[in-house]
Amino acid sequence: MQADYLDGNALAGPLAEIFAADVSAAVSRCAACGQTGPVASLRVYDRAPGLVARCPGCEEVVLRLVRSPDSAWLDLRGAVTLRIPLRDGTGPGGQR
Amino acid sequence: MTRWRVARLTKVRDENGTARTLVFDVPDWPGHLAGQHVDVKLTAGDGYSARRSYSLAGPEGVELTVQRVPDGEVSPYLTLDMEPGDELELRGPVGGWFVWRPDGPAPVLLVAGGAGIVPLMAMIRARRAAGADTPFRLVYAVRSPEQLCYTDELLRPDPGVSVSLAYTRRAPEGHPRPPGRLTAADLGPYGEADCYVCGPTGFVESAAALLVGLGHDPARIRTERFGPTGD
Ligand SMILES: [Zn+2]
Repeated sequence: MQADYLDGNALAGPLAEIFAADVSAAVSRCAACGQTGPVASLRVYDRAPGLVARCPGCEEVVLRLVRSPDSAWLDLRGAVTLRIPLRDGTGPGGQR
Repeated sequence: MTRWRVARLTKVRDENGTARTLVFDVPDWPGHLAGQHVDVKLTAGDGYSARRSYSLAGPEGVELTVQRVPDGEVSPYLTLDMEPGDELELRGPVGGWFVWRPDGPAPVLLVAGGAGIVPLMAMIRARRAAGADTPFRLVYAVRSPEQLCYTDELLRPDPGVSVSLAYTRRAPEGHPRPPGRLTAADLGPYGEADCYVCGPTGFVESAAALLVGLGHDPARIRTERFGPTGD
């Protein structure tokens, strides 16, 4: 398992399709163990249908994103909260 | 929301035998921060499409450096077949966490494993372009000299930027460091810094652990993994 995951940086593009703010820079709290950290540091597995992001502390699923041709299905049940910084959304070079 | 844009290849530059830099013209590119990436989409005639993420290599415009992965779906096309004038779709810039801003005052320690150099090179170039005097240190681990990217640019003196190369399998004749995996000695001694680590997953795990062992605050270690292949 060790070597075949990416990290939450890989979620930035797919989530940018849905949200105006950059969710990869958000801080999430794991519903299973309470660990907090940036979405960018979650372990992302892309072999499953869609993208599955797991907590680096306890390996529970925090977020799951499945894209079909006409919709995006986002399962956030493994995250208690998402704190989304909004500074990144402004200024030159920020997220559009 | 970030939409797909059409990008036209304008220039290519071989970095080594298996990596190539591609410069694209993207109308209305909004600009980006060093460390951000783009998602690239290639669509075949039958409608099948493949997507990959690539880091932006420079502070201005859309310049990507792609490492060819044998049997990859996307990288062989980008590194061998795509020619100036050809187009693809891309989306970005994306990723607001693994970024460096030229107004960041803290010293910076960059740790690259193989093709993980690309976003870190963007940070070095952004520092230079901004005329920032933030102290930078780059530790760049590669298997062998043939795998190096940006060699001339990295060996050219850049005041305030120190570069050390760590060959993991084979070093060129006369290199002071014997080949071998990255150790704490390569990353030390500890000095307060914002750390950026990019490379294959296994490399990132071990380099981040070495940094924590040296005394770096885990909250100041930012990592980006590109998986087993990076394709
Ligand atoms: Zn957890």
